Amino acid sequence: MSEDTIYFLWDCLQYLINGISQGSLYALVALGYTMVYGIIRLVNFAHGEFLMIGAMCGYYVLKANLPMPIAILAAMLSAGTIAVIVERLVYRPIRKSGRVPALITAIGTSLFFEYSGQLVFGADPKTIPPFIAEKIYNFGDVNVSNIQLAIFAITIFVLLFLWWLTHFTKIGKAMRATSFNLQAAELMGINTNKIISFTFFLGASIAGLGGMLMGYTMSIEPLMGLNLGIKAFVAAVVGGIGVIPGAALGGFIIGIAENMVAGLYKSSYRDGVSFFILILILLLKPSGILGKNVKEKV
Amino acid sequence: MDYYLQILLIVGIFITLTLSLNLINGYCGQFSLGHAGFWGAGAYASAIYSSFYALPVSTPINMAIACLVGFLAAALCGIIIGVPCLRLKGDYLAIATLGFGEIVRIIIMNTELVGGPRGFINIPHWANIYWIYAVALVVIVFMINLKRSTYGRAIISIREDEIAAENMGVNLFRYKLFSFIVGAGIAGVAGALFAHTQQFLHPSNFNFMWSVIILVMVILGGQGSVTGSVIGAIVLTIFPEVLRFIGGHASDWRMPIYSVLLIVLMLARPQGIFGAHEFSLSKGRKS
Amino acid sequence: MKLIPLLDLEHVTMKFGGLTAVNDVSLKVYPRDLVAIIGPNGAGKTTLFNTITGIYTPTSGSVSLDQKNLKNSKSSAITELGIARTFQNIRLFKNLSVIDNIKLAKHTRIQYGFWSGIFRTKRFHQEENKIEEECLKLLALFKLDDKKDYLAKNLAYGQQRKLEMARALATEPKLLLLDEPAAGMNPTETRELTELIHLIRDQFNIAVILIEHDMKLVMGLAEKIFVLDYGNLIAEGSPAEIQNNKRVIEAYLGVEIEVNS
Repeated sequence: MSEDTIYFLWDCLQYLINGISQGSLYALVALGYTMVYGIIRLVNFAHGEFLMIGAMCGYYVLKANLPMPIAILAAMLSAGTIAVIVERLVYRPIRKSGRVPALITAIGTSLFFEYSGQLVFGADPKTIPPFIAEKIYNFGDVNVSNIQLAIFAITIFVLLFLWWLTHFTKIGKAMRATSFNLQAAELMGINTNKIISFTFFLGASIAGLGGMLMGYTMSIEPLMGLNLGIKAFVAAVVGGIGVIPGAALGGFIIGIAENMVAGLYKSSYRDGVSFFILILILLLKPSGILGKNVKEKV
Repeated sequence: MDYYLQILLIVGIFITLTLSLNLINGYCGQFSLGHAGFWGAGAYASAIYSSFYALPVSTPINMAIACLVGFLAAALCGIIIGVPCLRLKGDYLAIATLGFGEIVRIIIMNTELVGGPRGFINIPHWANIYWIYAVALVVIVFMINLKRSTYGRAIISIREDEIAAENMGVNLFRYKLFSFIVGAGIAGVAGALFAHTQQFLHPSNFNFMWSVIILVMVILGGQGSVTGSVIGAIVLTIFPEVLRFIGGHASDWRMPIYSVLLIVLMLARPQGIFGAHEFSLSKGRKS
Repeated sequence: MKLIPLLDLEHVTMKFGGLTAVNDVSLKVYPRDLVAIIGPNGAGKTTLFNTITGIYTPTSGSVSLDQKNLKNSKSSAITELGIARTFQNIRLFKNLSVIDNIKLAKHTRIQYGFWSGIFRTKRFHQEENKIEEECLKLLALFKLDDKKDYLAKNLAYGQQRKLEMARALATEPKLLLLDEPAAGMNPTETRELTELIHLIRDQFNIAVILIEHDMKLVMGLAEKIFVLDYGNLIAEGSPAEIQNNKRVIEAYLGVEIEVNS
């Protein structure tokens, strides 16, 4: 092997590692999309905004000199609460009108939070002071920071938690039942409205956590939900929307792809990568990699 | 005076734009979220023609050519997006078109020839208010006459019930693609007119927010209504000026107000002002 | 002289993954036939209709109209060739008026081109007037002409079913498929329907196939009956033959019983 090839391979490995770390954040946010879509077939465009509100709350908590764990908790709770409020106020009544009106409503909600967020929080980016000192580990020509490892570990932990929740708890089984067939679940005595609210809360609070973790690698600003939200949504679709492991898979794929393209080609095309992959998946397998195909009965 | 002229110009362009989206969303029922991409493709393509490849003919003819270039460029995008995506349903199609709209914008951003993030400057002032309203009028007549012919009925039946439409003899793919291509093309013409009156283009003028604004215009007026699209375009172009007139920070609240408007419309009156009907002077044809 | 079948199904099989909905069904329908397909729920009747009209492509076997193989044809092309249908769960264009529902069905028969419509040429006006007349006549037949401007969704259930039939007829078919046309109708309406279907067959010179559960309607209307069970064609014949067919009785009742004549 030539020297160039070796450097190239080391570069790829670095991009891979960065991609997995970035992908973990996408995965955390994608989980909320996939859970909500799984349960009421709604693409919650406003999901990224819940994240943003959570991150903003966390930021202000930190500014008030409260410790980081409190800030993270505040971020998760505020994101979750906002999600439930929006669900009750806006999404529940629109559910009966059909999927396209619901989607338009979600878009409206998303824009509302983005633009009012700019007016309320100010458009300037805010930085989160680091919690733990960053340490960089070297493996040959590759760098991994402890923060990247922490983010990855947290993501894996959340995934395992969700897997346990949906398969071994009563509420988790109720969630799965509702996502298979809402009416049947209702007939079985499941309070589907409560389950749906809970799903929103869960998905948004996990995203809120993601938002705080994001604060380590980038600054927090009112439009952060937009960019991140779309990419996380694409991740959810690619992995298989409605399928929880799919969100994780999709997140990693998008994260890695973005870093590869930015590193090996042009970084200005970075944002286009997720859209490109989205189109590809929608054309080849719209239900996503881990998704199931459902045919309409005539 | 110039200020009011500028507003009239923009109103005229948005009337055409709104009608073009109405063909896709309102008549055909295909939910397209990337319409600003077609607008931008037409604008930039026509500007490339006039800035680099202009033929030595009179201005009116050149403008007509620029409009044609805009139409074709946008229609080509319509084909590229439509052919693979139109078999997707509902929200999947919406997301795919959103993605394509963004891809178009990113490509424009990264193309040095058209100025990329600095914008495209010095586009010749070939169009004027007469051009804009002449085109708007033609599009209005086109949309109304289309609706009243069997081809319009076929397109509308797809919105109502695809499977029934297909079983009554309507070739779904052909008519969906037609709506997409023509809707895109008309948006492209609006883009050409925009480019040659504003004389300056920037990718941020063709982003997702603008796709949403055009969508709100269609929905406010009523999906499927020509009168509605005209009214919707007028109202929502004038509205930000009203805000600006109020002064202070009122203008900052434009987008939050639009978004609340969108939500309220969906919850309370999804059919918009006119529904799918036109304003008519005959007494209550109450169906 | 042997008649040429209008509709010819040869060994049609329809599988969805592991499920076989229609299994090796062969049947022929001739012009002006009045035929019924019956069978217990889930027997594959609607699926069979769907393969005939092109909603599904048969896993194997062939469907032919006037000896033309319909393989891989789109539903819209099949309608143009002359097969029209109604749906089990009524699929009207709910927000369009009654007359617009019918006019749409004329789409494949209209001669004027796209630009004629845009420029409103003389030809356009002539044809549109002719269409309007024809559609009104059709509606009158179904006693819906006074409701021509009503929105389809505002019609009573029975009227909606009639409208769907009128709409299918407006496509000028050679073969009309009716999927449970009497569902939800009371005895008076059912009687009216029987007369209507006879009238349609005679006046429009078409063949009619209906799927039905209402046995009185079937026995009183159909000249020939095909019986499906679990996707298989288990019997065919006249109403009298079918009524006494042991396999048919078993399929419906699951048990052998004495048949009272």
